[in-house]
Amino acid sequence: MRSRAIFTAMLASVAAAALMPLAAAASGSVLIRNATIHTVSAAGVLEHTDLLISAGKIADIGHDLKAPAGTQVIDANGKPVTPGLFGGISHLGIEEIGLESTQTDYSLKLGSMRPEFDVSLAFNPESVILGVARLGGITFAMVSPSAEAGGKGAPGGTLIAGQGAVAELNGSIDAGTHALFVDFGGDASALSGGSRAAQFMLFEQAIGEVRTPKALLPNDQRLLTPAGRQTLLAYLNGNGPVVFDVDRASDIRQVIALAKREKLRAVIKGGQEAWRVAPELAAAHIPVVLNPLDDLPQTFDVVGATLENAARLNRAGVKIAFTLDDPQAHNIRKVRQTAGIAVVHGLPPEAGLAALTSNPAEIFGVASRNGSIARGRPADLVLWSGDPLEVTTLAERVFIEGQETSMQSRQTLLRDRYLEKLRAHAAR
Amino acid sequence: MGDSCFVQGMYMRRIVPLFASAIMTACAATSNKPDDSGKPVTHTPAPTATSEFYPSTYHVPASPPTLIRHATVLTGTGTRLDDADVLIVNGKIQSVGSNLQPPPQSRIVEGNGRWVTPGLIDIHSHLGVYPSPAVEANADGNEATSPTTPNVWAEHSVWPQDPGFRTALAGGITSLQILPGSANLIGGRSVILKNVPSVTYQGMKFPGAPQGLKMACGENPKRVYGERNTFPSTRMGNVAGYRAQWVEAQEYLRDQQEYERKHSAGDKDAKPPKRDVKLDTLAAVLKGEIIVHMHCYRADEMATILDMSREFGYHVAAFHHAVEAYKIADLLAEHGVCAAMWADWWGFKMESYDGIPENIAFVDAAPNGCAVVHSDSDEGIQRLNQEAAKAIAYGRRAGLEIPPERAIKWVTANPAKTMGVLERTGTLEPGKMGDVVVWNGNPFSVYALADFVFIDGVLRYDRSNPALTPQSDFTLGQPAAAGVYP
Repeated sequence: MRSRAIFTAMLASVAAAALMPLAAAASGSVLIRNATIHTVSAAGVLEHTDLLISAGKIADIGHDLKAPAGTQVIDANGKPVTPGLFGGISHLGIEEIGLESTQTDYSLKLGSMRPEFDVSLAFNPESVILGVARLGGITFAMVSPSAEAGGKGAPGGTLIAGQGAVAELNGSIDAGTHALFVDFGGDASALSGGSRAAQFMLFEQAIGEVRTPKALLPNDQRLLTPAGRQTLLAYLNGNGPVVFDVDRASDIRQVIALAKREKLRAVIKGGQEAWRVAPELAAAHIPVVLNPLDDLPQTFDVVGATLENAARLNRAGVKIAFTLDDPQAHNIRKVRQTAGIAVVHGLPPEAGLAALTSNPAEIFGVASRNGSIARGRPADLVLWSGDPLEVTTLAERVFIEGQETSMQSRQTLLRDRYLEKLRAHAAR
Repeated sequence: MGDSCFVQGMYMRRIVPLFASAIMTACAATSNKPDDSGKPVTHTPAPTATSEFYPSTYHVPASPPTLIRHATVLTGTGTRLDDADVLIVNGKIQSVGSNLQPPPQSRIVEGNGRWVTPGLIDIHSHLGVYPSPAVEANADGNEATSPTTPNVWAEHSVWPQDPGFRTALAGGITSLQILPGSANLIGGRSVILKNVPSVTYQGMKFPGAPQGLKMACGENPKRVYGERNTFPSTRMGNVAGYRAQWVEAQEYLRDQQEYERKHSAGDKDAKPPKRDVKLDTLAAVLKGEIIVHMHCYRADEMATILDMSREFGYHVAAFHHAVEAYKIADLLAEHGVCAAMWADWWGFKMESYDGIPENIAFVDAAPNGCAVVHSDSDEGIQRLNQEAAKAIAYGRRAGLEIPPERAIKWVTANPAKTMGVLERTGTLEPGKMGDVVVWNGNPFSVYALADFVFIDGVLRYDRSNPALTPQSDFTLGQPAAAGVYP
């Protein structure tokens, strides 16, 4: 319970900062008529159905719903409504511009293992990236740290990158959604003294410091600070998922064994060779957050990369969610395209949509507010111009936590400014 | 993502942060009169743009005539033909029309809702020079030891076993330009390849295609060298760096021409200027034999470069990445300069912060505008058609309606024109190379897949028979790849 208290204290400060500029928040009720509603729940797909949003909640779903006085009525004309989409695991709100160290907050380079490092404290709800992503139908995302190695004798990060949390794209960080991020595999060997063998060794040693503190003598060299031990204890007690960034099949097997041994709520991120250990992952109930586009042997850890990874994992009963590889959040709207491509390569369409909605919501503990559509829940949904997985489809209306968001972003303002110039030129 | 080299850098930055900043884009290639005769070259003082050396050894294997019938055909010339036929004979497009009669022993492909387009062309790729696996030993795309390296040729780095060529083929890519990275102001020569399997790059080299020269604006060169406290460290330093090189090239060219004048006048004492392989490249640009491809993001920098090209009398064929091209679509069109762009990448560094997904549609909409969709990515190159599709959708939202027969030019005829190979490929006009993709439906869709890809009339990819396309030597016999390749 002590660890719970730490989480709560951390969250209080984040929640206070969570304000967000919404241009056209509808204060009253909204009735969406004649939509194809993908509930991404047991209710399935509801055709020619109405959906009433009132006081921020989905007040009703059904046929011929009555619009209370003052209700804004939207005729969907059969177009799809889905839950708001998950933008994957990224540096949303903690990296405004790449390659500019003053504009990034995602990595800690103290040279020591600091699981207590929590990037959600740095989350900037005013980042213009949020507005761009909202227009792409993204309503929630995991904000995560990344560990970076030091260079030229400077200290770097370690294999424990730190903690992240789920952000709603209206700018709030969700309480109780912290996750711990750990880097394993060949691309992380510089974070662990040069060998992936040390990754398992160091991680187990850190766990040992937490589990058996009395075995430590006062002058023992330690991996963790007291705060770090408390943080890691919370995860060992199951109070949040531990996300292992790992791709090679043999490393994934090590993680499965580790998770079983230490009773961790493990999540695999990346998992390019996860399909090769799909039955073990399914048996261990370990979900995989992957990029369906990974299909090249870009390192020796991913020689088994294939466009069928998502379909094969799903077929084996592994829960999957989608993310881009690049942690930069600027183009997280592209995650929708990755789902379409997974579908082309064998994933059933509704499973593709679930990997963008209900699955990540369940994996990261926000299923009560994100990822599916049901009466009584906060309105978190998108009205699309067509097939939600099709690249030529765009979001037309986006609701987050019951409020309709503006369909304006810094990009649409740039567009409109220069469209005028273009029209004037073309008219000459 | 970003410039793909840039992307690769991002993946690796936690390991080798400096490596990331050192990788970006550039391009190189020499102009060639077609010459695959292998004849020894006699004469001449300083050869400049040379097809004579490192010649293409690509020979088109024999293939049966192929008739694709009752399909929706986008010709690449701006025309859409419904229920039309395409006939390929002796490796070339013979005709496009209705009720075409197949010669004996023809292979027949039934349309049945399929769409047919010219083979896709990626004007900006680093396959082979930044291949998979992206280990340090394979990072051969940036000669980042000097800001001006017009002497390097990308083709001398191309590793033909890059598995990315095969995945690009599955995306309908039949020709592609491999460029050096963008660490340098002047990165080196590019090479244009046909996307055919080969043990040597010469076996992929597009016969007779001109070379290009990759140059780079902005953040990359000034960061790579500025971080070392060497020149250049500013944008004004960048421009000073290019200008110094052009001045040298002008002198070199003048000396060459002076020698040639004396030599042909019978002056036996005339001596040619000392051969300089850097200035060979730049002089060939000034003579119009090598095509300039310039990595540039910001509108103001592109305008500066246009002024510089006037100062020294050369033409910029295309700005690559050009995320602010939409701000100067009129200026680019007036100068006859193309923009090679992504659909939606932005923000990965300061000079890409103003990127908008309507960029391609805006460039296309300017009168005489020339829009090209490029990948700069081993992932993006697998679905250039979808990048174009996104641009169509965003254009439509801005009130710019772009039909499929126009959009297909962004990935076929327009890159071919920019690279100097439109006479040979890029459209389905009679006499052109039989570079053809048969899609399972409208290519501007996330569900689009290439069913068949023909290169010079040869079936190189068949979705129902993946074993037709050999896997790379690299993945052969790798246990982890079992189940990935047929």
